[in-house]
Parts: sequence; C-alpha cells; structure tokens
Amino acid sequence: MREWTMSGALNRALYDALAEDPRVLVFGEDVGRSGGVFRVTDGLRAEYGEARVFDTPISEAGIAGAAVGLCFAGWRPVVEMQFDAFSYPAMEQVVDHVAKMRMRVRGRVDLSITLRIPAFGGIKGKEHHGESPETYYAHTAGLKVVAPSSALDGYRLLRQAIANPDPVIVLEPKARYWSKESGELASDGPGMGAARVLRDGENVTLVAYGAMVARVLDAAAVLADEAITARVVDLRSLSPLDDAVLERCARETGRVVVVHEAPRSVGLGAEVAARIMELAFDHLQAPVARVTGWDTPYPPASLEQLYLPSVERICDAARKVVAY
Amino acid sequence: MSDEPEHGAGTEPVRILAPDGSPIGDVDVGLSPGKLRELLRWMVLARRLDRECIALQRQGELTVYPGFEGQEAAQVGSAFALGELDFVWPTFRELAVALVRGVDAVQYLQYHRGTWHGGPYDPRATRFGPICIPIATQLPHAAGFALGQQLDGTDAVTIAYFGDGSTSEGDFHEAANLAGVWHLPIVLFCQNNGWAISLPSSEQTAGEIWRRAEGYGFEGVRVDGNDVLAVHRATERALERARRGDGPTLIEAMTYRIGAHSTADDATRYRDNAEVERARAGDPLVRFRSWLLAAGHADDRFVTACEEQAEAFALDVRAGVIATPPPPADWMFEWVYADPPSSFEKQRDEALG
Repeated sequence: MREWTMSGALNRALYDALAEDPRVLVFGEDVGRSGGVFRVTDGLRAEYGEARVFDTPISEAGIAGAAVGLCFAGWRPVVEMQFDAFSYPAMEQVVDHVAKMRMRVRGRVDLSITLRIPAFGGIKGKEHHGESPETYYAHTAGLKVVAPSSALDGYRLLRQAIANPDPVIVLEPKARYWSKESGELASDGPGMGAARVLRDGENVTLVAYGAMVARVLDAAAVLADEAITARVVDLRSLSPLDDAVLERCARETGRVVVVHEAPRSVGLGAEVAARIMELAFDHLQAPVARVTGWDTPYPPASLEQLYLPSVERICDAARKVVAY
Repeated sequence: MSDEPEHGAGTEPVRILAPDGSPIGDVDVGLSPGKLRELLRWMVLARRLDRECIALQRQGELTVYPGFEGQEAAQVGSAFALGELDFVWPTFRELAVALVRGVDAVQYLQYHRGTWHGGPYDPRATRFGPICIPIATQLPHAAGFALGQQLDGTDAVTIAYFGDGSTSEGDFHEAANLAGVWHLPIVLFCQNNGWAISLPSSEQTAGEIWRRAEGYGFEGVRVDGNDVLAVHRATERALERARRGDGPTLIEAMTYRIGAHSTADDATRYRDNAEVERARAGDPLVRFRSWLLAAGHADDRFVTACEEQAEAFALDVRAGVIATPPPPADWMFEWVYADPPSSFEKQRDEALG
C-alpha cells in the first residue's frame, strides 16, 4: 500500500481530473513552472501542456473572473489562490459572480469552478498566511465549501469538487500538506457533503475540520486514558453542513464540543451549535462548547500555539461538558 | 486602407463626420447604403426605446433605469460591426448594443422591471452576456471567455463594454493585463461619457484612457464616440486584428451622457446645464442623419418611416413589459445550485410551504 502526503494526493487528484476531462484547466500563480508553492501542481504542466496548466500574473480577481468567463465558454476551471489572505482581492468576483451567476442566467451556464486555497495556520507562516476564511465563503449562497483533513480524503474531496457542477471552495490545511497516510486513492466513498465519524465514542462528540481533526483525534486518545470515550466527527463539508450526522451524534452522545482555528465569534462553531440546538435540543446533556482561535488577528509565529486550539484546551472543554 | 489604428493629434479623437454632419474623413467604411440606413434605424429605435423606459420607470413599471441618450452612435456603431459568433460582455447601460445583437427587448427589460437578475435572455444563444452592475467586474469575465475561445481555436472575438469610471477599478487593470499577456482576441470598448454618476472624467483619471493600451502591450485608439461611422470603422479594425491573432485593442469612444446616471439620480446637483446643451448640439443621431440625407443615402420618407417604426416598437415593448408577471416564488431557489444540497431543499420547502 502506498504512502501519500496530502500534497501528493491532491497533486494526483489534479493529475487524474485533467486526464479524465479534457475541459479541465488548472491555473493560478506559480502553478506551472514551479509546480505551486506547496507543490500541489507539480509536474502537471509537463504532462498536460501549457494550454491546460498555466501560470497567471499576480491577479486574484482576474483569475477568479476569468474562471467565470471560461465557464461560459464551456471549460471547467480549477484555480489556485496562493494563500488564504490572498484570496481576498478575488472576493468581489467570488461573491458577486462565481456564487450568483448560475442563478442570474437561470441555470443556462454551470459555474463548475474549483477554487483551491491553502488555508489555516500552524506552519509558522508570516502574517496573512494563516487565515481561516471559511465563514466568508460558507455564508455566501451558491458556494460549496470543503476542507479535507487527510491525504486520502483530500484526494477524494478534490476529485468530487472538480466533478461537481457548482462552484466549490477547497480549503486545504497547510499544516497537513506533508502529513502522511497509507492507502489506495479513490474518489468514491463518502460524498462531498457528508461528514465522517473517524472515531467512535459515547461520552462526547468532538466536531472539527481541516488541520484540527488531527488534534481532536489526539485529544480523544488522551481522554480515553481518563475513561472518557470521545466520538470524532470530521465535517469535511463546511457548506452545506451534514445535519444528519450532527443530529445523530448529538442525540447519541448528548454532549458536543466544536473545534476550529477561526476566531470564535460568528465562527462556524456557532452555526454547528445552533443546528445541534435545533435538531437535538432535548437530547443534550450540556451546552455545546466551542474551542477556537481567539478573536484576534492570526498572531506571529512565536505565538501561534497560544492561538490555535491545543490538545489540552480541547480535553478541558470535553471534561467540562462531560462533568456538566 | 491601412488597418492600423489611426490617432488624432493629441487628444483629438478619430473622426469621419464633423459634429454638423459634414464629412471630414473617408466616409467609405465598407457599408452599403442599405447598411448605412440600418445604422440610422437602430439609433432611432434605441433612442425611442430609451425614452420609453424612462417613462415606464416614472410610471412605476420599471425599477431604477440607467438611460443612454447621447451614446447611441457609440453603442450602435460598435455592435453593428460584430460578427454572429462574437460575444458581448456589457455593463448595465448597453441596451442599444443588446437590440443590435437581437436580444429581445422585453426580456432584457425584465432586469429593470425587477423580475430577474442578470437578464432572462439566454446569454449563450444571443452572444450577449448578463447585465453587469458591479463596475468593471465583467472585464475579467470577458478575458476568461476570450481565453476559452482562443483555446478552442475559434475565430470569434470577445468585446467588453465599460465606462470611464470603470478604468479606475482594479478589475479593469487585471483584465487588460491578462488580455495583453495572453494576447487575447478581445476588444476593450470604453464609452467615455464624461461622467461617472457625479464625478467628471477629468477627476476620474489624469491621463487619456486609450493611451493605457501601450502599457499593456497592445493597440489603443481614441475615437469620436458620437460619430457612428468612426466608431464602426474603429471597431471593425479592432475585430479584424483580434481575428487575425494580432491581439487586443482598447477603444476609447468619446461620448456624452445626456441624461442623469439613472432615474434615481439628479444630475442638476453636480452638472452645469450649459454643458448638457452643448452636448445636445452635437447629437450623434442628428449628425449621422444629416450626412445620410446630404449624401443621398436616405430621404425624409425613410427617416419618417424609422420614427414610425420606433414608435410602434416602443409601444410593443411597453405592452410586453407591463404584461410580464412577477416570477414564480420557486424561482428564488430554482437555479442557485445545479446539485442542490438536501439542507437547501429543506429550506426551499420551508419557504414555499
């Protein structure tokens, strides 16, 4: 069984998508010659040529806007925003057009755009390289948002995103690009909108996505030594949310902790908590707890571990809701 | 006839007809007398419909409407040069272009009636993109579309319309730069109508818009946007260049917005009426009509027939607009996703009962 890094698995997903559909194009800043700053597009230009895999000027709005026009010409663009904060210049194009265009033209054109964004923190990055932009996108009707947590699921989600007829924002956790996982790559299995239970448990459900999934799994292992069995849910899809899995886990464990890197206020955890209240209020044994980044800008590298939810903070929150 | 863009000296735009309609350049732009008459017919039709739209807004049948009176030559002259497969990316003020492209006026006006966003006409069938409100954002779409056409090896050209105000936006720069770098088959058609709501173009930019083309590595030309022959010729040359693989052209058509920015705007708050009267004296429609009559390509009877046809057309469109019902409620949800999530479908059921 082969071992994959997430970067390698995502690279393979693009390679396979380009092979499968001749209308797929891959473009963005430094995706061609250099193979991408995280090597996700490595080798694609050599294999598929400069017409289908190409470098663009530093022009995020232009990249996203060009993707819209390419859809009208029948292409299927897979574009990269080099880093999370650098996706903001494209925000007008994404919110005003990528998200709304299909409705505006009454379904005559599908906006089959995949927008890949290396996201989140944890790599001792410079400022503007550790942002969690998910709620901006998840709050925008017409977009779908996914965040893989591992190499094999990264392959699956990226293939599914490219095949999907709607625009999909793929938030790739930078901190997990070089994490390894063994197995066969497959695009079938859990669908794009489905959450996954990665570890079973009865006392509490820990909900996370992206790089925080690995941390939550570590926390579950620590809690197991204290006779607290924690169920771990990897959301995978941030928009839409998988209501069925959230409802079932909340009902069965009665206690939920939501974990994300993004600032707490108006973060995705608030939406998860609200859904759980709507769907499983009578089954809750404790208020839903949130373990998140703080309501500060993402800090300098030397402070980032204070900002990011730690295994200890996650365990503390779990202990509190279990003891509630 | 050279196919290189010609420049007037300094800021003087390229011109074929003087403001009084007398010819000052080569009037042979390759159009038969019948085609020349068609230009006038479109201009008359467009102006009449524009005025009808303002009346419809005042009567509560349309929401805010952005008029284009004074810009008929720029719009009709450029649109008339397009080939069947060429594709237009408009702003919100290109109704005359839409008419020439064959877009159904009643469908187009559903946008301003508040029936639907974007425009309910089919952009791919009409080769006329969705109406675009956010300034300059249609320009990267045009660049992407032109790239797609280039990759497919078609000889169709993309034309993108925008105003002087758009050139201050980043999206203008990004699209123009992509057009240059990718050597796209595209025409960037700027209608410099003097005003961006209340900001005069002199405060919009300190330079001349057409000159920016050089910085992007392609051709630029400033043309008298109220001279339909000059506009047509400049556009046709730009289209030919693009079709040949010679890349983009930026056309700056100097025109004037006779009316307010929209029916929600009061231009007397910021604009001297004397300036508007001066512009009216150079009316593009009168200019072309004078020449057409003097050259013997049309007679008074043709002009009268044009006006009668325009009158009947405007009344037909009025009836069509008024007869259009509001959209069914389920349309709010219908096209948001091609593959709607189940939670979205649940919400639709909640809304629609």
